[in-house]
Parts: sequence; C-alpha cells; structure tokens
Amino acid sequence: MNFGLEQYLMVSMLLFSIGLVGVIVRRNLLVIYMCLELMLNAANLAFVSISRFTNHLDGQIMVFFIITVAAAEVAVGLALIVALFRRRQTANVQDLNSLKL
Amino acid sequence: MQDILFILFSLLTLVFGILVVANRNPVTSALFLVATIVSMSGLFVLLNAFFLAAVQILVYAGAVMVLFLFVIMLLDLPAEEKKSIKAFSVIAGFISAGGVVAIFSSALNRAGMSAHLGDPQLVGDTESLGKLLFTDYVLPFEVLSVLLLVAVVGAILLSKKNLN
Repeated sequence: MNFGLEQYLMVSMLLFSIGLVGVIVRRNLLVIYMCLELMLNAANLAFVSISRFTNHLDGQIMVFFIITVAAAEVAVGLALIVALFRRRQTANVQDLNSLKL
Repeated sequence: MQDILFILFSLLTLVFGILVVANRNPVTSALFLVATIVSMSGLFVLLNAFFLAAVQILVYAGAVMVLFLFVIMLLDLPAEEKKSIKAFSVIAGFISAGGVVAIFSSALNRAGMSAHLGDPQLVGDTESLGKLLFTDYVLPFEVLSVLLLVAVVGAILLSKKNLN
C-alpha cells in the first residue's frame, strides 16, 4: 500500500469536517474558537501535501503566512472574548443574543 | 515505515480532533488540541516540510495554545452542561459536515490525482523556504509584519479597562 496525495487530502477533509461539527454543535465561545483553529490546521495540511506532491514550495510559504495570520487573529480574538466576558460574565453563545452590550 | 507512520499520525490527529470537539471541559479540549497539533506536525515531517513542522510546534503548540489556556483559566469557565447542547444543532452539524465530506470526496474522485504523480523530491527545510521568502515573497512578508503590529496594538487596546 502506497500512501499518496489522496490519502493526505482525505485526512485534511475529515479534520475540517470535525472542526465544522465543533463550530456548529458547541456552545462555548472559546471551544468554538479552538474548533476554528482545527479547521485552519486542516487547510494547512492540504496546502503542505499539495505542495509536496506538485514539487512547488509555494504551498509551504502559504502555510507559513497562514500560521502567522492565525497567531495575530488569536491574539485579537482572545482580547475580544476577554472584553466581552468582562461586560457580560458569560462565554456561552446562547446568552449573547443582543446587539447592544 | 512511512506508511505505518502515516497511519499512526493521521489516526492520532483525527482521534484527538474528535476529542477536542467531544470534550465538555474547555481545559481538556485545549490540551487535546495541543496533541492534535503535535501529531499533525508529525504528518508535516512525513511530507518533508521540516521547517513548518518546527514552526507548527513552536507557534501553535507553544504560543497560541498557551494563550488559549491562559484565557480559559483567567475566565474560569465552567464545564458545559449536557442540556445546553441541543439535538437540533447536533443534527445540523452532522448534516453540514456530511455535506462537506460528500463534496470534497466527489471532487477527489473526479480529479483522479494519484495516477500522474511521480516520486517527489521536494524538501521544505529552512534554507529553501528562507530563500523563497526573501526573494519572491518579500512584499507579503513585510506586509505580514505590519499585520502583526496591528494585532499587537489591537489586543492591547481591547484589553484596556475603559476605552476612553
């Protein structure tokens, strides 16, 4: 048995759908955020495997950029969650149902 | 050997990913996410992306997840109760995930990629990635540094007590 691009993309697809299930099912803001990270990582895996099997390094550069943007996004997003928690004392998305804080 | 490692790492990645979603305690979820990321960097090593495997562990498992754990413990979140998860959202989640799987696997079947792939020799070590990063991709690289600066300023501003 020889594992190629298709198997790697399959793993990436499954991981992406696991993350998607988490984003829809879970009710905790932080856990939803973690599931988003899971989906980003699945995309990274797809990029790296395609980069390897087409002999281009550009995909890996893209993953490098994605990791950096994700780090910036996590910093801002967590600051937002902390600010929100200070106002509302909850991190449950079902309690956050008004537009005005 | 590579095949065994591929099966091992991909199974670990998927199982830990499922545990991230299925766990009710946010702290355990975060720790399983660390395990997912570490086993995924094993997959990166199998794909010859050595630099990215190191960056994945350093940045994700090191910096990002520490930030996550820090915030979870700062907010002192309780474990999610069972009743807060509605059957409707579980069904909706599985239907949409099934849709994603169906679309992607039909795309994979139509592409038929594995037929025309040779034996790849690509190695993503620090030298080759750095060369590319500082020649062809130098403008996005610099823009990214501005983005990081904006994120730092934004995070500090957002975490101030009163914004006036």
